[in-house]
Amino acid sequence: MEISTTQYKRCDLVKVSGRIDSATAPQLQDEFNRIMNENRYRIVFNMESVDFISSAGLRVLISTQKTCKRYNRGELALTNLPTNIDAALDLAGFKALFNIYKSEIDAIGNI
Amino acid sequence: METQTFPGRYESLAEISNFVKKFAKSNSFDGLALYTIETAVDEACSNIIEHAYGEENNGDINISIDFIDNGLVIIIKDRGKPFDPKKIKKPNLSDHLEEREAHGLGLYMMKQWMDEVHFEFKKQENVLTMIKYKDS
Repeated sequence: MEISTTQYKRCDLVKVSGRIDSATAPQLQDEFNRIMNENRYRIVFNMESVDFISSAGLRVLISTQKTCKRYNRGELALTNLPTNIDAALDLAGFKALFNIYKSEIDAIGNI
Repeated sequence: METQTFPGRYESLAEISNFVKKFAKSNSFDGLALYTIETAVDEACSNIIEHAYGEENNGDINISIDFIDNGLVIIIKDRGKPFDPKKIKKPNLSDHLEEREAHGLGLYMMKQWMDEVHFEFKKQENVLTMIKYKDS
């Protein structure tokens, strides 16, 4: 799994390529924590190159969303979901818990 | 049938996934069906490491895979603590963020996405059998 982050004025954009499983999910949590520790709570997560996400990865998304949304200070928004990842989020009942965008520009503009 | 043994650690998950996907693809599983198989196997093996063995590097995971009667049959064995799926709470799928804990999701995904999921404990081994039928 590889993570890249770009800091914009209004939000941070995080992109991951590869698998998010029990081996790699802690790295993703560390990256979200690093951003939130700088008091930045508007995060766009581009999942276009995510091949796989397990429940360990879903737990990272939930815990990050809870921290971002506290005191209405921000949110974790998702964008560019591949079909399989979309199906996994749907099965887990996650689609009601996140704003989901089709494109990165939409997500960054609306978060 | 193909069988392979992997060390019970999270680093093995990608390798396990490749092993299972290769066999499933050779039996013409693709798209979402292939992804559901990858998910079920990943969740099963993560549970073994976390719950049956209690931590990483505490024992092996043995995986056999076969294609029988139009179904991909996956048998996963470990020698950790007996696993009782009845003890795993059903996940809370509430729309309210604060109520969501995201535990129990792995087992839920396995059961939803596989056609059959059976747990047994015999001869000091946990034996998990999962079947995914073609075009199910």
